[in-house]
Amino acid sequence: MDFLNTLLIGITAGSIYSLMAISMVLVWRSTRVVNFAQAGMALLSTYFGFEAVTKLGSFWIALPVAMLGGALVAALVEMILIRLLVKHSSSGPIAGVAPIIATLGLLGVIRASASMIWGGQDVRIVGPVSNDGFTINGTTLVFSPLKLLILVTVLVLMLILSLVFQKTNIGLALRASAYSPEIARLSGIKVDWVRTLGWALAGAAGAVAGMFQTVNGNGTLSPDSIEFSLLLVSGFIAAVIGGLDSLIGAVIGGLVLGLMISFVLMYISSGLFFIAPFVILLLVLFIRPQGIFGAKAARRA
Amino acid sequence: MSTNNAALRVEGVNISFGGLRALNDVYLEIGKNEVVGLIGPNGAGKTTLFNALCGLVKPDSGKFFLDGQEQDFPHTAQLVDLGIARTLQGVGLFGDLTVLENVMVGAQHLATSGLISAALGRSGKDEKEIRRKSRAALEKVYAGGLANRRADTLSYPDTKRVAIARALVSEPKILMLDEPAGGLGAQDIEWMNLLIRNLSATMSILLVEHHMDVVMSVCSKLYVLNFGEVIASGSAETVRRDPAVMAAYLGTGV
Repeated sequence: MDFLNTLLIGITAGSIYSLMAISMVLVWRSTRVVNFAQAGMALLSTYFGFEAVTKLGSFWIALPVAMLGGALVAALVEMILIRLLVKHSSSGPIAGVAPIIATLGLLGVIRASASMIWGGQDVRIVGPVSNDGFTINGTTLVFSPLKLLILVTVLVLMLILSLVFQKTNIGLALRASAYSPEIARLSGIKVDWVRTLGWALAGAAGAVAGMFQTVNGNGTLSPDSIEFSLLLVSGFIAAVIGGLDSLIGAVIGGLVLGLMISFVLMYISSGLFFIAPFVILLLVLFIRPQGIFGAKAARRA
Repeated sequence: MSTNNAALRVEGVNISFGGLRALNDVYLEIGKNEVVGLIGPNGAGKTTLFNALCGLVKPDSGKFFLDGQEQDFPHTAQLVDLGIARTLQGVGLFGDLTVLENVMVGAQHLATSGLISAALGRSGKDEKEIRRKSRAALEKVYAGGLANRRADTLSYPDTKRVAIARALVSEPKILMLDEPAGGLGAQDIEWMNLLIRNLSATMSILLVEHHMDVVMSVCSKLYVLNFGEVIASGSAETVRRDPAVMAAYLGTGV
């Protein structure tokens, strides 16, 4: 039973990391920026979700509100901050680094603003269904209706995203621009808009990750919440495991990470909670720096 | 020498990189349905001129006329709307997309619906149209059978076909081909000659090319660049006999 518990917890947590990794990958593919502010943006969106839950009383209305808010924030950040930085730092040693450092600054700004607006204390978001574990043959699992719901919702969102990428014009423009912005522009794609759209999708995915991370934890939210630090780190690690360039890689990277952490905590020591993700990151960077699914990117480089 | 309704005309184009003059007072005119060749030794400025015409490089000065109307040199983003399409020397396909998808990228101007309606899945009609036109463009270059292959699995001559199909699907009035015959064997060159001639029935074509037999057999007019200047222009025959051209190519001082 321990094994099953560990497996299910790992997959649920992993699916949230996958979403976060997807948002890192979407941003990386559209602008070649590692967005350290992604968790901050997710935090902000989750506060939007908190407002909606409190005012409208329904998690299922709050979720799209958070997604829309997250998409808007991300789109604005790309249009106002990133686009200018990329343009103005096109040469010199700072060129590739300026936008990335700027996202670190943005993370700080968002956290500080959130504590100014919502205060430093915890606020609470109540999940849509119970987080009490299912009971099978008198044994109670850690796996709960809430966790099942998270898993299913994440899977559905991923399915929709992959359909958009594979079957629509917008997806085609996103893929072409990621492969080569110059050729895409020459072929008539409005690459600037595609970039904004990539960020907006990332913002929406991050918002869902933030909402689920909160209700899957103890349901509380604060600007310095440990849950969000973990989300930043895990999303980044999962994206790197997946090769940073691949959406499928991000999904698998998230699941692998979730399972690894869950099994390490269960079978080695729960004291490794904060160390395990970093050790896994270092191992991946040492053994396979291009990520498990990064062969394509490595070939292109 | 300028007819006013030429499809494309540029005058007095100057471009410097740092202190180096890449183009000096260059002019060029492409008539409707004309095939114009741009030749010259390596480093003569051919690619720079090409890049200026499609917005990859901004000229320091110069005039740009489209259908006799003066306007600014275009940005890359405007090319499709202006009816200009270009292929790249390095072919430039999207390696991890299929052949059909590569061509569909060139047809995005047909997607009339905005982001919002597209996100709501209302772009189905556009998509069908784009798919249909892209298949038609592939048929035009006899590459219909390659539609579902990944672009990075194609042979080199096939990538050239697909690159041209992607340019054609935007329905250009002016097609710019950067070394269309480069790297091709004799048989494929024959085929490329034929294609260029056929295409000129419906559009104007400008090509940069090193293969002299291709240039001589398909171009009705040639411009010869050397050290960033037009040193000769006119019919293939005139240019061939021009002493300055012979000097530039053969290195015999005039």
